[in-house]
Amino acid sequence: MYTEIVMDHFTNPRNVGEIKDADGIGQVGNPKCGDIMKMYFKIDENEVITDVKFKTFGCGSAIASSSIATELIKGKTVKEALNVSNKKVVEELGGLPSVKIHCSVLAEQAIKSAIYDYASKHNKHYVELEGFDPAAAEEDHH
Amino acid sequence: MMNKRIYMDYSATTPMREEVLEEMMEFMKTEYGNPSSIHSFGRESKNAVDTARDRIAKTMNAKGKEIYFTGGGSESDNWAIKGYAFANKNKGNHIITTKIEHHAVLHTVEYLVKNHGFTATYLDVNAEGLIDLEDLKKAITDETILITIMYANNEIGTIQPIKEIGAIAKENKVAFHTDGVQIYGSGKIDVDELNIDMMSMSAHKLHGPKGIGALYIRPGIRLDNLIHGGAQERKKRAGTENVPGIVGFGKAAELAYEDLEERIEEKIRLRDKMIDGILDNIPYTLLNGHRTHRLPNNTNISFRFIEGESLLLSLDMVGIAASSGSACTSGSLDPSHVLLSLGLTHEVAHGSLRLTIGAYTTEEEVDYVLEQLPPIVERLRQMSPLYEEIQGGN
Repeated sequence: MYTEIVMDHFTNPRNVGEIKDADGIGQVGNPKCGDIMKMYFKIDENEVITDVKFKTFGCGSAIASSSIATELIKGKTVKEALNVSNKKVVEELGGLPSVKIHCSVLAEQAIKSAIYDYASKHNKHYVELEGFDPAAAEEDHH
Repeated sequence: MMNKRIYMDYSATTPMREEVLEEMMEFMKTEYGNPSSIHSFGRESKNAVDTARDRIAKTMNAKGKEIYFTGGGSESDNWAIKGYAFANKNKGNHIITTKIEHHAVLHTVEYLVKNHGFTATYLDVNAEGLIDLEDLKKAITDETILITIMYANNEIGTIQPIKEIGAIAKENKVAFHTDGVQIYGSGKIDVDELNIDMMSMSAHKLHGPKGIGALYIRPGIRLDNLIHGGAQERKKRAGTENVPGIVGFGKAAELAYEDLEERIEEKIRLRDKMIDGILDNIPYTLLNGHRTHRLPNNTNISFRFIEGESLLLSLDMVGIAASSGSACTSGSLDPSHVLLSLGLTHEVAHGSLRLTIGAYTTEEEVDYVLEQLPPIVERLRQMSPLYEEIQGGN
């Protein structure tokens, strides 16, 4: 049911862990639905994401989606990271079963949520975050 | 990559026994007659079907003519409930069942309520999955025609007080159907002693073939037909008999009830080793279902802070086949209705693992699971933000 890429990221997830002095932390999903993703970003003065770590409670595709999402944004600018869509996550994983697409949506929201946290702490404004509500992303991602 | 394959999902289905396959082969290759035919080919098939019926009847203190073959456990449940409800709707329109039934029962009752004017009471269960007999007594009204309560639960293994339920049904002159799919072949059953009016069974749960089941129907219990057509199964279930399947079912039933006691003892020993081995060695775990009123082969444990599907995938990678009540394994967003009925939170229900052993399970296999499980659980927990919170992280 899963592609080799998904299984690889599930078996050997990249960037698992936490960053103690993170510049932005985002958590989305809830235990009711069975998925929670938490991402930690380290962002430098040029708005480059220099480090990223994640922790995920969820199924194989949720873990793989988080893992590949961290790879897609590490070393990228905040602006570039904001343009990583759930479609990109699915594409990079070589596809996900249709019932698992929400895992990729969660990954996109986790990125946005961490940047939202960074933006509010550093008084930054990104047009890509207009209308994004991290509380809603935490409550209901379906 | 790995050569070991360990099957711990006997409640999903079982491999066929060699003796079962051997008897079936004859009825596919040489004795292929239609039991309804008058010639010798037909007569031989008819005899084989009747022999199988008698073999099954004997295991539960019933008579051959009280056993009706169906296409499987789900058909038996559908037929018992719809057939009885339609044939007895002049007596009342109320059905009593539980919240933890198999979907073949729950969805059938819901269908009758939604489309045919019946009403239903869904009994609660306690934290161990047992119904309260007082709740059952209180639920019975003048309109109640049928009680349908599963013998043993497929997910958590809890065995209901069937004898007491049967007595209550009899006293109140209400028919009693039980979904016996999980218990049949693994537990001693006497339909008279237990006052069972109808019981569903499925062959592939007891080392028989798939696609064949049966319904025990007590004489005097009237059911409308579900499948209309020919005069097979004493005019109650049309369609040319699945003769090889029936023969296989009969043989599997006969074998299952030889040395039943000894086999139950051995399964309970291995089951308890599995349950204790997990609970004692892995923190934040809890057993789902009743500790002793439990199927001899069932272990169902919730591992907090992790999700069942990722656990199943990890176990599969080391060759262990198991199942889970997690939403991600069911295609729905909610975890198992059975686990939620026990009062588990969604998070704990999502982290459940079912390991069901069987006739071919060895002690080495149980040891292998007990050895593989702790590092897998730990690895997933290290990835979990919920575990991080409990560990006092940020």
